[in-house]
Amino acid sequence: MSGSPVIEVDQLVTHYGRRKILDGVDLTVDAGEIRVIMGGSGSGKSTLLWHLLGLYRASAGSIRLLGKDTSTLNHSQWRDLRKNLGVSFQGGALFTSMTVGDNVAMPLREHTDLDENTIRIMSRMKLEVVNLGGFQDLMPAQLSGGMIKRAALARAIVMDPKLLFFDEPSAGLDPVVAAELDELILKLRDAFNMSVVVVTHELDSAFKIADKISVLHEGKVLLTGTVDQVQASKVERVQDLLGRRPRTTEVDADEYLKRLTEEEYGEYIQSVRG
Amino acid sequence: MARSNHLGASWRIWRAVVRLFEAFGYVGALLVESMYWLITGPKHGQRVGWRAIAEQMVEVGLKAVPIVAVLSFTVGLSLAIQLIYTLSEFGAESQVVLAIATGVTREFGPLITAILVAGRTASALAARIGSMTVSQEVDALRVMGVEPVRYLVAPPLLALLVMVPTLTIISDFVGILGAGLYSSGALGLSLTAYMLASLDALAPADVLQGLAKSVVFGMIIALVGVRCGFVVRGGAEGVGQGTTQAVVIAISAIVITDMIFTFFMNR
Repeated sequence: MSGSPVIEVDQLVTHYGRRKILDGVDLTVDAGEIRVIMGGSGSGKSTLLWHLLGLYRASAGSIRLLGKDTSTLNHSQWRDLRKNLGVSFQGGALFTSMTVGDNVAMPLREHTDLDENTIRIMSRMKLEVVNLGGFQDLMPAQLSGGMIKRAALARAIVMDPKLLFFDEPSAGLDPVVAAELDELILKLRDAFNMSVVVVTHELDSAFKIADKISVLHEGKVLLTGTVDQVQASKVERVQDLLGRRPRTTEVDADEYLKRLTEEEYGEYIQSVRG
Repeated sequence: MARSNHLGASWRIWRAVVRLFEAFGYVGALLVESMYWLITGPKHGQRVGWRAIAEQMVEVGLKAVPIVAVLSFTVGLSLAIQLIYTLSEFGAESQVVLAIATGVTREFGPLITAILVAGRTASALAARIGSMTVSQEVDALRVMGVEPVRYLVAPPLLALLVMVPTLTIISDFVGILGAGLYSSGALGLSLTAYMLASLDALAPADVLQGLAKSVVFGMIIALVGVRCGFVVRGGAEGVGQGTTQAVVIAISAIVITDMIFTFFMNR
């Protein structure tokens, strides 16, 4: 389980408009590790994921993926790096105009010169891995929520990535299907020796699959540790999260007044999003 | 803080102007990037698939042939009826052939074709790319190492650059045919003689002028449709708005561009 780090994040600071989302995040993920990034809504865990994937630019700090500093990569170096990354999106993000088989085959078609037969066999093998053997001719709209997630997983691993990202694997799934997906993640790590980063707020799932958990709160890593360490943590916010206690938020009077009175605040936030 | 209260109107106009320039910049960048991938894509392992281009050509071009033909025929016919009536007051019916041939090839053919294709394709592009943006499919492309512009924009752009002029040629021919069907009777000519006379009356420059326009129209349709798709935010409602916007903006841009073209090419 040990090895050189596949992800090194150093003092990452990001903004969403004027709002600071990540406030100096440090994160190190070792090869072969399953790391769960946990946190409540708005803790910045999705933002962290988007930045790890290079979809946004950070305000400060650095990210190294597989030993490469991502801020120094040009477009084609990024593309090469991405061939070693697999991503399973929260909603699956399967291409709705293609069959499941074509979805899974797409990275192979785009990045390799393999002949069509090989591509078909390889993509079907990956569908077998996620227990979707024989479903290659269905359209994504014909799949259930759990099947979509598994198909998205098959697409994410079709290039045998070294690093797999998983956004909210159990969101919107029933407990049984969610548990099956957890098993699948464990199986994948063992079979393909991938490093896996899972972003989730599901406690059961996190405790089951994680080698280590990083708890994110208000843009900072509150705590990183094994499941036992996190469960034993005395930090109040961590206990809130584990015990499902509602937060007692303190109101910042100045911030509050600003939100109420400032005309362009909402518009500005929107324009930045857009 | 209270700037928007004091300078309400001028602030808003300023923002609109900035947005307009932003849109032009965005569209220009899309065009440059698409061309970049079309030319250098294979070198970077980002080839623009011929299959994708062919599929788009069928979708935006071939499938539009019937409707383009029907409407061009109808407009040609109406044009003939109007012109024969008007010109007969001056005893100049014989000029109908020339008036229709140049009018259709320079103006009506390209314009009708472009407006139709804008209605069909700009909206379809905006809807497709908009819903892909909303469901994270565009992000999925990017993290897979597939450039969205290369994959989603270059094929329809190239297809439209080829197919809009092709449809325009069909529209020119069918429009003149429609006009001929009515006016050959009124002029006491056979349809064949009418068509030959039209061909005679036309200079290559007339047709080329129309085709030059239609290339630009094709570009407008592709870029407007795609931009309206990429900027979609906020779910299904956003996709609907983007689709509507694509059609309105594309048609407006086509009509205005047509006027500018016509002005400069016929002075």
